[in-house]
Amino acid sequence: MNINATLLGQLIMFVLFVWFCMKFIWPPVVNALDARKKQIADGLAAADRGKHDLELAAKRSADLLREAKEKAAEIIAQGERLKVEMLDQAKASARDEAERILVAARADVGQEVTRAREALRHQVADLAIAGASKILQREVDAKAHADLLSALKQEL
Amino acid sequence: MTTEALTSTEYIKHHLQNLTCGIGDGGFHCAHTPEEAQGLGFWALNVDTIGVSLVLGALFLFLFHRVARKATAGVPSGAQNFVEWVVEFIDGSVRGSFAARNDLVAPLAMTIFVWIFLMNGMDLIPIDWIPSVAQWMNLNHFKAVPTTDVNATIGMALGVFILVLFYSFKIKGAGGFFGELTLQPFGKFILLRPVNLILELINLITKPVSLALRLFGNMYAGEMVFILIALLPFYLQWVLSLPWAIFHILIITLQAFIFMTLTIVYLDMAHQEHH
Repeated sequence: MNINATLLGQLIMFVLFVWFCMKFIWPPVVNALDARKKQIADGLAAADRGKHDLELAAKRSADLLREAKEKAAEIIAQGERLKVEMLDQAKASARDEAERILVAARADVGQEVTRAREALRHQVADLAIAGASKILQREVDAKAHADLLSALKQEL
Repeated sequence: MTTEALTSTEYIKHHLQNLTCGIGDGGFHCAHTPEEAQGLGFWALNVDTIGVSLVLGALFLFLFHRVARKATAGVPSGAQNFVEWVVEFIDGSVRGSFAARNDLVAPLAMTIFVWIFLMNGMDLIPIDWIPSVAQWMNLNHFKAVPTTDVNATIGMALGVFILVLFYSFKIKGAGGFFGELTLQPFGKFILLRPVNLILELINLITKPVSLALRLFGNMYAGEMVFILIALLPFYLQWVLSLPWAIFHILIITLQAFIFMTLTIVYLDMAHQEHH
C-alpha cells in the first residue's frame, strides 16, 4: 500500500475527464433536454388552444344551425302566408270576373229582351191595326191615326 | 493462480499487489514483491490502476460523447434515453444540494459518479480473470479495480480538494476564507482563535482524507472478501460469491453516489458565505 505518482496520474486524468465532460457532453445533452421541455410545453399549450378553438367552433356551428332553422321556419311561414294571400287574390279576381261576365250577360240579355219587346210591340201594333181594319172593314188611315197607334205601342 | 500451488497467504498477497513500475536499480522495471515496489519510491506508477481507470474513463466519455453529439430534442433513441436519464439524475442531485450557480459542478458530479461506478464495477468481474490474462501477457501482478488502490482515490479526492480551496478563495476572498477558519464559532474569544483555526484546519483536511479513504476502504474490503471466497473449493464458491456480488452491486453504486454527493456538498460549502 505505497503512495506513489499514480496519485498524480489519477489527478491529471480526473481533471481532463471533467474538462471533457463539461465541454463536450453536458451542454449538448442539457440543451436537448431543455429544447424538448420547451417543445412539450408548446405542444401542450397548442393542444389547449386547439381544444378551446374546437369548443368555440362547436358553439358557433350550433348557433348557425339554430339560426338557419329559424330562417327556414320563417321562410316556410312566409310562403304559407303568401300562398293563402295568392289564393284569396285569385278567388277574389275570379269572383270579380264572374261578376263582370254575369253583368255583361245580363246587359246583353236585357238588350235582347228590349229589342224583342220592341219588335213584338211593332208586330202587335201591326196586328192590332190589321185586326182593327178587318173589323172596321176598311182601311185605317195609318197617317190619320198615327198618334193613336204610337200611343198604343207605348202602352204595350 | 491456484495451479502453481500457492499458499493461501501468497494468493492473497499476490492479489493485493499492484503492478508498480518505475525506475530503480538497473533501469525501468516492474516490482515483483511489495518490498521491491516500496523500493521504487514515489516516482513509480501503478500501471494497472492508471491503465484500467484510463480505459474506463475514456469508455465513459466516448460513449456519452457519441450520444451527446447527436442529441436531439425530438424522440430520443435508446442510448440517448439512457444518457438523459443519467444526466437528469445528476442534475437533480446537484440542484438538491448545491445552492449557488456554477456550471462546473454538474459535469464534475457526473464524471465522478460514472467513472467511479465503472471502476468499482470492475469488482464484479470474477477475481482471477483479469490477473490470469495479465499473467498470460507476462505481467506478474494486476489489480483490476482501480478504486482498491489508495492512490486512485487520493488522486480524485485531491482534485476535489483543490476545487474546494479554489472556490473558497474565489468566492470568499483570502481574508474571508481565513476569517471563516479562525473566527467561527469562537471568534468572540480572542484566546480561542488559534484553537479555532486548528480545529477548522483539521476539519478542512478531513474532507479529502475521508473522501479518499471511505471509497478506498469500502472497495478494498469488498475485494478482500472476494479474494477470501476465492480460496474456497471451486464448487462452494458460488454459495458465498453470488450473494456477495449481488450485495456488492449496491455498494458499488452507493460508494460512487456518496463520493459524488459529498463532492457537491463540499463545493456548496465552499460557495456559501457564513455570516
